[in-house]
Amino acid sequence: MSSIVERIPVYEPPKSLSDVSSHYCPGCTHGATHRIVAEVMDELGLTDKAVGIASVGCSVLAYNYFECDMQQAAHGRAPAVATGVKRVRPELVVWTYQGDGDLASIGTNEVIHAALRGEKITVIFINNAIYGMTGGQAAPTTLIGQKTATTPFGRDKSWSGSPIHLSEMLALQEGAAFIARTSTHNPAHLGRTRAAIKRAFQTQLEGKGFSLVEILSTCPTNWGMTPVEALKWVEEQMVPVYPLGIFKDWQADGARSPAAAGAAAKSAKPAEGGK
Amino acid sequence: MTRSASSAPAGGVPVLMKGNEALGEAAIRAGCRAFFGYPITPQSELPAYMARRMPEEDGVFLQAESELAAINMVYGAAGAGVRVMTSSSSPGISLKQEGISYIAGAELPAVIVNIMRGGPGLGSIMPGQSDYFQATKGGGHGDYRLVVYGPATVQELVDLTIRAFNVADRYRSPVMILGDGILGQMMEPVVFPTEKPAEVAKPWATTGRQGTRGRNVVNSLYLAAEELEAHNLRLQAKFAEMHSNEVIYESIIPDGAEVVCVAYGTTARVVKSAIAMARQEGIKVGLIRPISLWPFPDEAFVNLPDTVRSVLTVEMSAGQMVEDVRLALNGRLPVHFYGRMGGMWPIPRDVLAEIKKAAGREAGVAR
Repeated sequence: MSSIVERIPVYEPPKSLSDVSSHYCPGCTHGATHRIVAEVMDELGLTDKAVGIASVGCSVLAYNYFECDMQQAAHGRAPAVATGVKRVRPELVVWTYQGDGDLASIGTNEVIHAALRGEKITVIFINNAIYGMTGGQAAPTTLIGQKTATTPFGRDKSWSGSPIHLSEMLALQEGAAFIARTSTHNPAHLGRTRAAIKRAFQTQLEGKGFSLVEILSTCPTNWGMTPVEALKWVEEQMVPVYPLGIFKDWQADGARSPAAAGAAAKSAKPAEGGK
Repeated sequence: MTRSASSAPAGGVPVLMKGNEALGEAAIRAGCRAFFGYPITPQSELPAYMARRMPEEDGVFLQAESELAAINMVYGAAGAGVRVMTSSSSPGISLKQEGISYIAGAELPAVIVNIMRGGPGLGSIMPGQSDYFQATKGGGHGDYRLVVYGPATVQELVDLTIRAFNVADRYRSPVMILGDGILGQMMEPVVFPTEKPAEVAKPWATTGRQGTRGRNVVNSLYLAAEELEAHNLRLQAKFAEMHSNEVIYESIIPDGAEVVCVAYGTTARVVKSAIAMARQEGIKVGLIRPISLWPFPDEAFVNLPDTVRSVLTVEMSAGQMVEDVRLALNGRLPVHFYGRMGGMWPIPRDVLAEIKKAAGREAGVAR
């Protein structure tokens, strides 16, 4: 009798994720999000036809962690670099991976205009309300009252304004085909993040326009919290400020007029993610 | 987009064209597949020409939201392995410097055109040559060099643009065309070559793995100091090779020359007129016209005849290239300078007066 044991993997590393140690801090959700992006690339068969664009910030080394072709971009310019790749090689699937300092501060112009043009790229936008790589400075996404290296007394609205709602802004643009905000604070939300990322890549594959998923993420190191406390902080502090949901979906919206987009943004459900 | 019949000018025969437009056509004939730009005077005819012509060639023309975006689109497209160009004028080129540094660091081939205007700041829209330092000494951060060409005629603009694409690919390095506003706006007869551009293999490009290879990465980040130093040493070896191989210049030194003028671009044409006027007055004057501004043609300054008493550098700047002239001469001859700024350009009569001064033949000055 044969003693062959069939090994059925129930859980294994995605093939699109490089088999290397990452530099991310313990408890940071970049790791989970990297895995999700890689899983979706595997599932959709993108590894051989994708070009990822790494940005500047904690995810600057993303080009070491994904098995598809990668380019590393200057701070904030990843959507422009992605545009350059996609316009000359439209058959490729082009995506960027950017933090909130990169995308929502220095790179707002590039991401808005990529959306305006309906650039057929996918943006993975990590919102952890802080600059991680440079040591915990305030970002445009920093919450009111949040203490950071450059807001030692907490972010003061009258001095440095209010948190930026990038997804809501982008959803108003006609060229934006799929815009969603998700969270990483528990497995259910990681599942929703996975579904949104898959939808975003499918949007590009279908040639429908610009797609972006904003992902509420943790930074235990710079928040001065344990990883578990950080997840709780996302749920209790970030989600109420940054409502979760799909702000724009070409499949649901039908017509992609600015008015329809505005209506879609307004009716986007604020967070099934809270309590 | 509807594709119209080609409006390409004929090759092999003279056609009358504006410098900016001829440059665009030259790029297309060099195999440029993508152009990303942003409007600025006095180069705006170039993107407009590309907007019209690129669709005819199944190429990409995209007006970016800023110079920053344009140069980073160039980075992406160059990384994806196609011939790509951007153009701007002085203030816009300042904005592109970050991207140029990244392109040099990531070793990507690209052609960058600067049709210079007067500076600093917003300056004026009139021609200038005051970006020489920026173009030849760095511009962006870090240790890198660009091959920089200073064309003097519309024909040379065409020839050097085609050469720029080839040199960029050969060294995987950005190349700059440093023209001035006069050249961009001037119409002259020009002959386009008829031969097709060479196909260049780019196995390093991010074209998607396509099941044929491992991952390609385009990158200028080396966090370990040892690795970054090794990367820099590799770049420096490449720049040294460019320095040895890519020098181009024109040198006309008549027997018995008393003065040698040095000028590039449109200014060199003014100087040629002044030299002809000097000859009428019995003063023999030579000309060294650097065509590659980096690498600078140091060799042109070796073995000048003993009759040469001094050198006169003429620029549309406060005196930038003149520093390279002094370095090349290394104190062997006195160096005079005459420059106009702010969009003014030298005229032959004034250059002639400077030649006379340099020759010690000023009115009332005995030899």
